[in-house]
Amino acid sequence: MSGIGVVKPQTHFFQEELQLESGEVLSDWQISYEMYGSMNESRTNVIWLIHALSGDAHAAGKHNEEDKKLGWWDMMIGPGKALDTNIYCVICSNVLGSCKGTTGPSSINPKTQKPYGLDFPMIKIGDMVQAQKCLMDVLNIPKFHTVIGASMGGMQVLEWAVRFPDLMSSIIVIASTSKLSAQSIAFNQVGRNAIMSDNYWNKGLYYDKKNIPLQGLAIARMIGHITYLSQEAMHRKFGRRLQDKKDLEYEFGTDFEVESYLKYQGTRFIKTFDANSYLYLTKAMDYFDLSNDHGSLDKAMSLIKSKSLIISFTSDWLFPSEQSLDIVHALMHQGKEVSFCDIETDCGHDSFLISEEPLTSLMKGFLDHV
Amino acid sequence: MSKLYQKDIISLVPDNSRVLDLGCAKGDLLYNLKKFKHIHAVGVDISTENVCQSISKGISTIQGNIDEGLSFYDDKSFDVVILSQTLQVVRNPLKLLQELLRIGKMAIIIVPNFGHWRLRSQIFFKGRMPKNKTLQYEWYNTPNIHLASIKDFEDLFAKNDINILEKKLYLSNGSPLKWHWAGNLLSEIALFVIKK
Repeated sequence: MSGIGVVKPQTHFFQEELQLESGEVLSDWQISYEMYGSMNESRTNVIWLIHALSGDAHAAGKHNEEDKKLGWWDMMIGPGKALDTNIYCVICSNVLGSCKGTTGPSSINPKTQKPYGLDFPMIKIGDMVQAQKCLMDVLNIPKFHTVIGASMGGMQVLEWAVRFPDLMSSIIVIASTSKLSAQSIAFNQVGRNAIMSDNYWNKGLYYDKKNIPLQGLAIARMIGHITYLSQEAMHRKFGRRLQDKKDLEYEFGTDFEVESYLKYQGTRFIKTFDANSYLYLTKAMDYFDLSNDHGSLDKAMSLIKSKSLIISFTSDWLFPSEQSLDIVHALMHQGKEVSFCDIETDCGHDSFLISEEPLTSLMKGFLDHV
Repeated sequence: MSKLYQKDIISLVPDNSRVLDLGCAKGDLLYNLKKFKHIHAVGVDISTENVCQSISKGISTIQGNIDEGLSFYDDKSFDVVILSQTLQVVRNPLKLLQELLRIGKMAIIIVPNFGHWRLRSQIFFKGRMPKNKTLQYEWYNTPNIHLASIKDFEDLFAKNDINILEKKLYLSNGSPLKWHWAGNLLSEIALFVIKK
């Protein structure tokens, strides 16, 4: 049950060019965003929420009365919830390079009047943040109460705090890292390979074609999904149970429930996501490295002025707890105010989308004292 | 934690100091230290429930296992490190003491006294592992794996050049013990302020 009700997605078009870290510029670009709750008079109660790789601006509520699908963090946003809309105004925008209303490779290139495809410039996590800063200015927000994000969203939160330390009072970073491990980069690369080796991918030019690289994107998503879960969670959810059958079929169809689940996840994803966006966003994650950008993680963390809450999950092997602890230790070395909780769960990386407690108590308790 | 010796700890901590409480439980001591001594507080606890409660009191709290080491804390990065009723549960108490005094300019430790007469008499008359309010577990499930008497603690301090700045002794109800000369026999809990 959603406490938010029907929300209307909004879009802002930017006339001014966006300077990217690669040196390229983006013109005629846009950001899609949603807002829950309302800003107070001094506009100081804004929680800036940032989504993960496959997310969008639709974090809570529904888009119409009949809509059965609630926003991706509906369990956390609403009156009386962790991000209490009676107190805070929660704003979530779609990240640059994505395909859910904000400019990305599937958007129209103003120079050619055709979708960008691979002509879309390479973007970094910093560019996503810079684009969001433009939206912050448009919305006339002087300073965020808190910036929150998980996974790729958490990377952006860290980048926000390092780049604009005066523009927020606190940050919450969930299941994230200051740089991906070789293992995580490897999984991203396999996902990208699946897409790029799909014949229909056609070097990124498929938007006007009858066939698009759905198979490649589905495989990328299936790989992703394995990394978002954990060994225990998979065992608990599926075990070795068979899918709608009593015996093994001795064919290369779907025997096990887990196969069927992955197939379902892949099929569901390709209906709503763009293959090129998947390439761009995973590459941006791979490139993100605060230690490299600032000389060391300690130096990067020394720039932060806000209070931090860092949260990890014990069974997350994609963004393991040690990577969160690295951030915590660097913040402590710099004498910063930091809290840390390693939540015990067997749900893996996706825990932030699944289990309400103790995540709700942690965030609520923390936000009360910002 | 008994209100009485909590009051003593508060009086021992200097104003505006940086205080690390290892095993901070629900953060009550740090909350009061913040309130009365305006300290910069950091709590560490192993339990998620405790970390949640402590954070909700506005305390910077880190979930962690003291037994896994404190190497990431810089030398003398805290004015005071507090270790209350925790020394007896860790795997290597001496190493932990040395770590406390490396991280903190001074340490306040609260320990149960295994030399208390009631414990002595239980082992003497009943011939069984003793129990009391502070040490209420059976021998096979107790987290208290390193028990010692006040004299033992003092020996350890002396052997390792640790100075005792202050010593306070308490009865089981937390009220102070007046006869310090019989501390090892009559007190159930001891508080030491130590420095290296």
